[in-house]
Amino acid sequence: MKVPLRFIVNSEPQELLVEPRQTLLEVLRDELGLTGTKEGCGNGNCGSCTVIMNGVSIVSCCTLGVEAEGKDVLTVEGLAQGGKLHPLQQAFIEGGAMQCGICTPGFLMSTKYLLDNNPHPTEQEIRLAIAGNLCRCTGYDKIVRSIMAVAQGSGG
Amino acid sequence: MREFDYKAPRTLREAISLLAKANGQARILAGGTDLIDQLRTRRRTAGLIIDGKTIPDLNRLDYAARRGLRVGAGVSCTSVGNFPAVKERYHAIQESCLLIGSVQIQNRAAVGGNFCNAAPSADTVPSFIVLGAKCVIAGPKGKREVLAEEFFAGPGRTVMAPDELLVEIVVPPPPKNSASHYLRFIPRAEMDIAVAGVASYVQLSPDGRCIAARIALASVAPTPVRAKEAEAVLIGKKITEKEIQEAGEKAVLAANPIDDVRGSIWYRKELVKVLTRRTLGECLATLGQKS
Amino acid sequence: MTTVAERKVIGKRATKVDALDRVTGKAVFGADFAMPGTLHGKVLRSPHPHAIIKKIDYSKALAVPGVKAVVTSADFPIAGAGTAGGELLINISDLRRLVVAEDKALFAGHPIAAVAATNPHIAEQALDLIQVDYEVLPPVENAIQGMQPQAPLLDSNRYTQSLGEKSSKPSNIATIHHLERGDVDKAFQECNVVIERRYETQMVHQGYIEPQACSALVDADGKITVWTTSQGSFNVKGQLVALLQLPQNMVKVVPLEIGGGFGGKIIVMLETLAVMLSKKSGRPVKMVMSREEVLKATGPGSPTYIKLKTGVKGDRLYAVEGEFIYDAGAFPGSPVGAGLNVALGPYKVENMRVKGYDVVTNKPRVQAYRAPGGTPAAYAMESQVDLMAEAMDMDPVEFRLRNGVQEGDLMANNQPFNRIGLKEVLERVKSHPSWNIPINGKYRGRGVASGFWTGAQLTSSAQVQVNADGTLSLMTGAVDLTGTRTTMQQICAEEFGVTPDKVHVSVGDTESVGYTDVSGGSRITYSMGTAVNRASQDAIAQMKQRAANQLKVNAEDIEFADGWFRVKGDPEKEVSFLELARTSRRGDGPIIGKGVVSKLAPAPEFAAHVVDVEVDPETGKVNVLNYTAFQDVGFAVNPTQVEGQMQGGASQGIGWALTEEYVWDKGILRNATLLDYRMPTALDLPMINTEIIEVPASDGPYGVRGVGEVPIVPPAGALANAVAKATGVRLYQLPMSPERVLKALRDKAKDKA
Repeated sequence: MKVPLRFIVNSEPQELLVEPRQTLLEVLRDELGLTGTKEGCGNGNCGSCTVIMNGVSIVSCCTLGVEAEGKDVLTVEGLAQGGKLHPLQQAFIEGGAMQCGICTPGFLMSTKYLLDNNPHPTEQEIRLAIAGNLCRCTGYDKIVRSIMAVAQGSGG
Repeated sequence: MREFDYKAPRTLREAISLLAKANGQARILAGGTDLIDQLRTRRRTAGLIIDGKTIPDLNRLDYAARRGLRVGAGVSCTSVGNFPAVKERYHAIQESCLLIGSVQIQNRAAVGGNFCNAAPSADTVPSFIVLGAKCVIAGPKGKREVLAEEFFAGPGRTVMAPDELLVEIVVPPPPKNSASHYLRFIPRAEMDIAVAGVASYVQLSPDGRCIAARIALASVAPTPVRAKEAEAVLIGKKITEKEIQEAGEKAVLAANPIDDVRGSIWYRKELVKVLTRRTLGECLATLGQKS
Repeated sequence: MTTVAERKVIGKRATKVDALDRVTGKAVFGADFAMPGTLHGKVLRSPHPHAIIKKIDYSKALAVPGVKAVVTSADFPIAGAGTAGGELLINISDLRRLVVAEDKALFAGHPIAAVAATNPHIAEQALDLIQVDYEVLPPVENAIQGMQPQAPLLDSNRYTQSLGEKSSKPSNIATIHHLERGDVDKAFQECNVVIERRYETQMVHQGYIEPQACSALVDADGKITVWTTSQGSFNVKGQLVALLQLPQNMVKVVPLEIGGGFGGKIIVMLETLAVMLSKKSGRPVKMVMSREEVLKATGPGSPTYIKLKTGVKGDRLYAVEGEFIYDAGAFPGSPVGAGLNVALGPYKVENMRVKGYDVVTNKPRVQAYRAPGGTPAAYAMESQVDLMAEAMDMDPVEFRLRNGVQEGDLMANNQPFNRIGLKEVLERVKSHPSWNIPINGKYRGRGVASGFWTGAQLTSSAQVQVNADGTLSLMTGAVDLTGTRTTMQQICAEEFGVTPDKVHVSVGDTESVGYTDVSGGSRITYSMGTAVNRASQDAIAQMKQRAANQLKVNAEDIEFADGWFRVKGDPEKEVSFLELARTSRRGDGPIIGKGVVSKLAPAPEFAAHVVDVEVDPETGKVNVLNYTAFQDVGFAVNPTQVEGQMQGGASQGIGWALTEEYVWDKGILRNATLLDYRMPTALDLPMINTEIIEVPASDGPYGVRGVGEVPIVPPAGALANAVAKATGVRLYQLPMSPERVLKALRDKAKDKA
């Protein structure tokens, strides 16, 4: 049976009918068409479903859609503002921090959460903050360097 | 996933009422990092999911000089691990909470959930045990308290009845001259379930002798366990390298591990020795003593 | 060939063409695509590793509201003949039984039936209502067991092929490969150092972050369209045509963005089921795998058992005898042959006798995984090399230099190498700080290993249209795995002498561009790049002809430079590129250049990796402190992308060596999640430094070599050598998990006592 869900996604209020068993990930992708957030493992072990809810980074595959009632969710689609890329998005492009790109949205969200709370992290702090995001293409080197560029102020 | 209903009660009384009416078919949802995957893979089933995060009684996090620390069952590991009183006085709890899973997992996973999921590998449990924590349980007949180390009945099972829920965990204020630490071993640097985990607590007298010691082990028995033979090695003595070595050897006596995808019996026992030694060493270092 | 100095666009770092789509989440990967009205498909999989399927009754599933179709093997036609794949091939007859079980379930996870319903939850619940009667059989759990004469047989019609002959009795050994040269028995007698060891590696997974996903639509007149996340659209089409016995013009495959492949997304897994469900239901069907399905039922990398005996005479590697046993999973076709080549590739060996066994077991059928077959083979050989160097008191890099192959030396298959750069790579290591700055500290050690991969060339097609405004529309047949669209854009821009922004690149589907083999096999920059080069040259040739017509000379009198077509020796007679581009609108017809490549020479890849480790002697944990990957890439069209390939392959190799393995319990996979199938996180790896060496390849317009595969070959050997230096103990099993390392340390201490 479907239940109402009212929440804000990327600054836009949404009103939906969802089944309680639909995860937040499913709601974002299947009900709202926001397919930027990905499913890689289904149990919180790869981070590709990372979104920011009420300012906190979470794995949306381990969260029910109904738990987002009244909350404010930010996905990768909401990072760019007014047609302008977020400094992290710019840094990832310039730093060659993507190959296939499937993990990129998750990394961007985890990194935004990191920098919002710790604007100048060290390399180790960065690696710890993104340890919950798996990448299989890059070996993380260029991802970490791109984040460091922003953390040190040279990336925007 | 099978279908279920979802309710987000605002009061403890409402939650207890829902739980009782569901006749064993309901589960409390805290962070969801265990439960939702279990529902998806059908390791657990539920006709009703009751959200614990909307109940104020389950989400308190505070410290008072006399009462000590109070951790609501729905409070996230991130919040607990970064709470100033935890950082200052309950190192083992801080360490446990901030090494579970990943940042994203810690932001959701609740200490209460870690307890109620009752996996032998639960990282927060040994830390609360050695700090003398008590679990506050509520049901239709009222509240009761159970020592943290007596909260577990077996892998995945607690001593709670189907109509009871965990409200909070309370930890007494640690005495002066005491320290606690938690270490676990995992093959990677993050993300893994503990192959073995050890929490140690040591209290020293003014002249440097050990007047209290508690050691708890994760992942090496059907439930988290106290390593009492190891503790006995330390109590009354000035702890030197010799006692630490012996405590490590004795801690294995409390372990009864299994072979699984994360480790063998032999390896887990080796790790218990190593982690016991290392956490004891850290406790002494925190207390300014060299072993 | 232009010189490096003359090149304006290629050889420079360039921003990834499709980067914007990826950082904004707009790129459409497999699971992101859905047709309106689509149904959702789920697969019922065998819980048993080995069983006869006696009966399937899906009537109850079909009765569930929302379920629109169920398919089983009975719905499939008899498949055609031939093989499918990229670097690793599978017989179509085997593939037919892989995509859905026929009479036997051959691994836990083997598809038995598929359901399409209006939502995925309903489809999943309907699976529970399909009743299957199994007669459970004892499983073949590993290759050693499978080779025993009394082992259960997966296929009573499978015989061993060896030296052109078929065995008399059926067997789980599908093929025995043989490599022989010189007189190895006599040679060993002349050696002053002989070392014999056994090595064992476990099954691993490519670990692409995106699970397999596809959508299929069979429309009213029977035309089939499949949107899929695959490494090769034409490859998928060929498999569908063969498996479902369809005419080529009734199947169209459209590539979606792909979230990692590494060789594991070449064989169809879901596509045939999706097509059959769409045919039966009359609606589009979308199917997405869960991670558990990916680990249990796609194509991992072979576990291996390797026995190697190597001998040195003087300072020469003089004799090699070996037995390489590779587990193929449920159907034959492990990369054991390639493994033999990789092990021997970097070395001049006068005398050898090496056998490779391809053995079937009740596990998922293996697929290519980045230099398929290479990593375990190199682990064994590079360990042997260090053992020999140590016995001779020789520096390990020096040993590799003295015995390393050069142009003209023979490959394992007795073909001579064309121009290669192994020596240059090793010389760079020898003089590099990562090799020379001392590593200090107890339980710290440094290791080095070489790597070789032939690389494939196969067929590539490209088409470039010169638009009336002078911009270029480039259509390539190659699926873009990691950014090769950018490289193709650079090559096209280079040829036309324009800036990259004037070139728009798209990846075609099977109806819009010519036949192109899979992306992978290190061939995109090399083969596809050559096709783009030829397509560009073809368009320019057509424009030269138009210029000639206009200027009233012959085409061979025209030269093209800096945007102008001029008469040689009479530069006043000229017409601009833009002016000629406009002629495509004025009756001279479009200017479309076509480039097809199918006969390039090999451009072998050589690499060497250096790694520093620190081992915790109480827990056995190996920490990677420093890592440097050295590789001859021929010519780096896009250095950023080349570095990325080296770093990615190295990180997969590190995982293979230290933490990744399939753990089995009587044919059931115990660690089918990313929690317990442990891939390296950002906290497990250091920065991965790269050193690019450029020894131009013999063929192709730029000296480019394949880049993507050899990086996964050296890490395991380098790490084994580093751990041996750090602890005094050598590990003969991968992964070198903390438990294995601690056990080895304890065993050594016991031996000493």
